[in-house]
Amino acid sequence: MSEGSSPPADGFTAEGGHGAVPTDASVPTGSDTRSPRNSWPLWEVFVRGKRGLNHVHVGSLHAADAEMALGNARDVYTRRNEGVSVWVVPAAAITASSPDEKDAFFAPSGDKVYRHPTFYEIPDNVPHM
Amino acid sequence: MGHSDHLDDYGDAYGAIAEDNDAQRWAFGSGFDDPLAGVDTSVPSEVDGTDLAAYCLMLGDDALILSHRLQEWVSRAPELEDDVAIANIALDLLGQARLLLARAGKADGTEREEDTYAYLRPASEFRNVALVELENGDFAHSLARLLVFSTFRLALLDQLRTSRDPVLAAIAAKGVKEVTYHRDYAARWMLRLGDGTPESHQRAADGMAAVWPCVGELFTPHEIELRLATAGVGVDPSTLRAEFDAVVAQVLSAATLQRPPESASSATDGDTDAAGGRDGRHTEALTGLLQEMQGLARAHPEATW
Repeated sequence: MSEGSSPPADGFTAEGGHGAVPTDASVPTGSDTRSPRNSWPLWEVFVRGKRGLNHVHVGSLHAADAEMALGNARDVYTRRNEGVSVWVVPAAAITASSPDEKDAFFAPSGDKVYRHPTFYEIPDNVPHM
Repeated sequence: MGHSDHLDDYGDAYGAIAEDNDAQRWAFGSGFDDPLAGVDTSVPSEVDGTDLAAYCLMLGDDALILSHRLQEWVSRAPELEDDVAIANIALDLLGQARLLLARAGKADGTEREEDTYAYLRPASEFRNVALVELENGDFAHSLARLLVFSTFRLALLDQLRTSRDPVLAAIAAKGVKEVTYHRDYAARWMLRLGDGTPESHQRAADGMAAVWPCVGELFTPHEIELRLATAGVGVDPSTLRAEFDAVVAQVLSAATLQRPPESASSATDGDTDAAGGRDGRHTEALTGLLQEMQGLARAHPEATW
């Protein structure tokens, strides 16, 4: 499994956690497909910082398999006392929304003021908001 | 909390990020564990300070010198992720070295600081084993060395957790968690390389063969180690050999590698160049390493950083 070897049918991939990236070969992406790094698949990394919180996407990395990805994630994305839980997910397994669909996907919710409880006072000692 | 309040509460950087400092604010990476928090750092009266200091130098120099060799990989590792992993391991070992060298300065009563030991001693005053000072070789060679060293050191620190010196015990307790990961990292790579392609298998086998002559020295007790083991402060390394052999055999078997012949290991006994690190006898490799590690500090003796 090598990145870019089987582009998704819609022509986009969620590589690198930076949103959808075009996989069409005519689009210059700056990545060197001859690099050995590209022979290892890409993994997305999620870290849970504290019990009770969600896993949060922190970035991506290359690894030969899931076990190596987990080890690399520990080294690349944890610094100090994060250690509750780490997930790694093959980037190829993620289906991403496309930039072309941005308006249809997200704009309609922009004027729905009632969708977030922003009218409440939040006490100072409520954490993680 | 205002910035000035913060400074009033915490005079030093460690305090400012210490555990329970407003930890609720941070979802990730809050808190700092002082490894010597709550530990009585005075030297126990029943412990021979000179022996304890020499022992701290042995364990500290092992960590310091291997840390430097691992640092030489930074920016040169085969993958970015392994570059970071190796740097993390080097930093763990550097942290162990700092605590142990600082302990040596307390134990021998000279009050020397860790930098004095690291930067101002000649090679003949270093007490590390030959294994850690040899050149890196290729990636497989370095990982074979890391597997051998971390297997030895984990067995050692595991025993040292019950040392009658509370500082050594605390350093060991911290180190066990770190070196457990180092050993796991090295073992995983030896499995991949040994059970990989013919090329990687050959390099892994060559790496193990290259480091194996240094194994004997690890388990040959120095008289200071024996005295401190009797006193309940240190560990007799010869008692660690069985665990070492079992772990290495398991890794090598899974990696489809052969254990190098034992005759190669005992060859160090007759090789004055490679044995005797605990007495300050070292290879040329350490001289070159120290020139680089100490060059800046020696050129600018009053510098602070």
